[in-house]
Amino acid sequence: MRAKSVKWWIYHILVGGFAVLMLYPVIWLLMSSFKPSNTIFTTAQSLIPHPWVWTNFLDGWKGIGGNSFGLFIKNTAVLVILTMIGQIISCSVIAFGFARLEFKGKAFWFAVMLVTLMLPNEVVMVPQYILFSKFGWLNSIKPLVVPGYFGQPFFIFLLVQFIRTIPRELDEAATIDGCNTFSIFSRIIVPLIKPALATIAIFSFYWSWDNLLGPVLYLNSPTKYTVSMALNMFLSNESVSNWGAMFAMSVVTLIPVLVVFFIFQRSVVEGISTSGLKG
Amino acid sequence: MSVQKAEKEIQQNSMSAPVMRPKNKKSKLKKNLEGYAFISPFIIGFLAFTIIPILTSLYLSFTNYNLFSAPHWIGFANYKKLFTDDPRYWHSVRVTLIYVFAGVPLRLAFALLIAMLLNTASRAVGLYRSLFYLPSLIGGSVSVAIMWRNIFGDQGIINLLLKFLGIPVVHWFGNPSAALWMLIFLSIWQFGSSMLIFLAGLKGISKSYYEAASMDGANGWQRFNKITLPMLSPIILFNLVMQTISAFMTFVPAFIISKGTGGPLDGTLLYSLYLFLQGFSFFNMGYASAMAWIMLIFVGILTGFIFLTSKLWVHYESEGGR
Repeated sequence: MRAKSVKWWIYHILVGGFAVLMLYPVIWLLMSSFKPSNTIFTTAQSLIPHPWVWTNFLDGWKGIGGNSFGLFIKNTAVLVILTMIGQIISCSVIAFGFARLEFKGKAFWFAVMLVTLMLPNEVVMVPQYILFSKFGWLNSIKPLVVPGYFGQPFFIFLLVQFIRTIPRELDEAATIDGCNTFSIFSRIIVPLIKPALATIAIFSFYWSWDNLLGPVLYLNSPTKYTVSMALNMFLSNESVSNWGAMFAMSVVTLIPVLVVFFIFQRSVVEGISTSGLKG
Repeated sequence: MSVQKAEKEIQQNSMSAPVMRPKNKKSKLKKNLEGYAFISPFIIGFLAFTIIPILTSLYLSFTNYNLFSAPHWIGFANYKKLFTDDPRYWHSVRVTLIYVFAGVPLRLAFALLIAMLLNTASRAVGLYRSLFYLPSLIGGSVSVAIMWRNIFGDQGIINLLLKFLGIPVVHWFGNPSAALWMLIFLSIWQFGSSMLIFLAGLKGISKSYYEAASMDGANGWQRFNKITLPMLSPIILFNLVMQTISAFMTFVPAFIISKGTGGPLDGTLLYSLYLFLQGFSFFNMGYASAMAWIMLIFVGILTGFIFLTSKLWVHYESEGGR
């Protein structure tokens, strides 16, 4: 018994200690955001702020050029929600088609979808920009939101896997009861794939929330900026050395991501383990 | 679940279509129409946002185009310039190759090591798994890039640690190769999602293999080498392909850490960043398109190469294996 507990201690000190080491930079960022700006680097070795101050958060919240950080959060939230709705609807419809319906050329289109999973984004970046500028969509969130309404290969793949675990007898029984294909989808399948839809919603949130390249390409006026772009702006003004405000807003930006993760840990972990979704 | 396997299953599935047909026997035409109606968003999106842009990009790569005047056909001039007359391009290729081929193997090795440590019955594993995954979750964000920039600064905690250990401090922002390693460390730090996939794979390996091997007197290394690695090889392949592709596309950390310049001395000028600068700072859209096509062909060849050589080292369990 005692020998086992020694081994137990060694394991947890080793693994737990390593986990703390990995997360130390994040903890340091958090604690630094409560330090007075001018002491962040002179006291970098100690984690505990002395004195604790809130001014960084107040400073940072003022935002840039008269636009408060709250506006950037609101802009990002709108972007996240619109994209999420589009991806959930389109991906569940498409995945149902691939998983349940029989039609000519299905294997071909499924293979096409899997190939697009591996396509480097850079290849389409320039022509997509040209396309959206022809549509007159520059300086709006349309280029970031609208493609979501036409499916997202990773999410479709995940849903197809999930739908295939649902017994086909349910569909057949519903057909005998007079359901058409669409009501099989909406009444039988959709309620059963809710857990998978939750996983999709979570990842959709992460990806839109963190997205930088899209907003940098398509949003020009500061009133439309997302949180990533606002942070990027803070960085460009770094010469004024208001690190405190920048750290504080970095922390604020991380909070929703962390909260969602700790609430939905199981969906997130299972989503990655079963489909290889990149987090 | 590997992509190939899923594809195979889909094909099998479509062959064994519902055997028992309900009484309202649908016509073939109606079935096809229904199928295409459901997947039509994908097809439309694929044509509009993928295929047409890819072909446009191919056309533009043979032109001189700045977005404001009409594209001007110049044949292979962009490609010729890239291959023979742009040292900065070759520098960015070299930087990217170092980033990918140092970063991805280290990241996967790390992910596998931690996954094996966590593959125990301990109740705390759930907590550790989440903690180790966290960097991967937040790693792509601007916040983390800003954090990374500051912990590697001259007065940052990394240099404090080096000083504490008696190692000479490194000026991470003064030295191009140190700056590149700063990016590679950031990529290794985000080993979490690969770790989760490995962990799921390790859980799928039957304990009886290890028990039998132990009875035959195999030591830890032999068990790892003869059981764990072969059994895990399809998952290693999957991780390798996906991580390599995404490493080639890395943009945010290089953009933020170098404040959009790729500096110091182009030390962090990753391929995507140079492409972005060519396209959207210098408005050489044709040139950027040529870069994109070289990237597409290169990634295609590399993926094909990984899949072809995979026959030599990937072990697929026989049908009745499980």
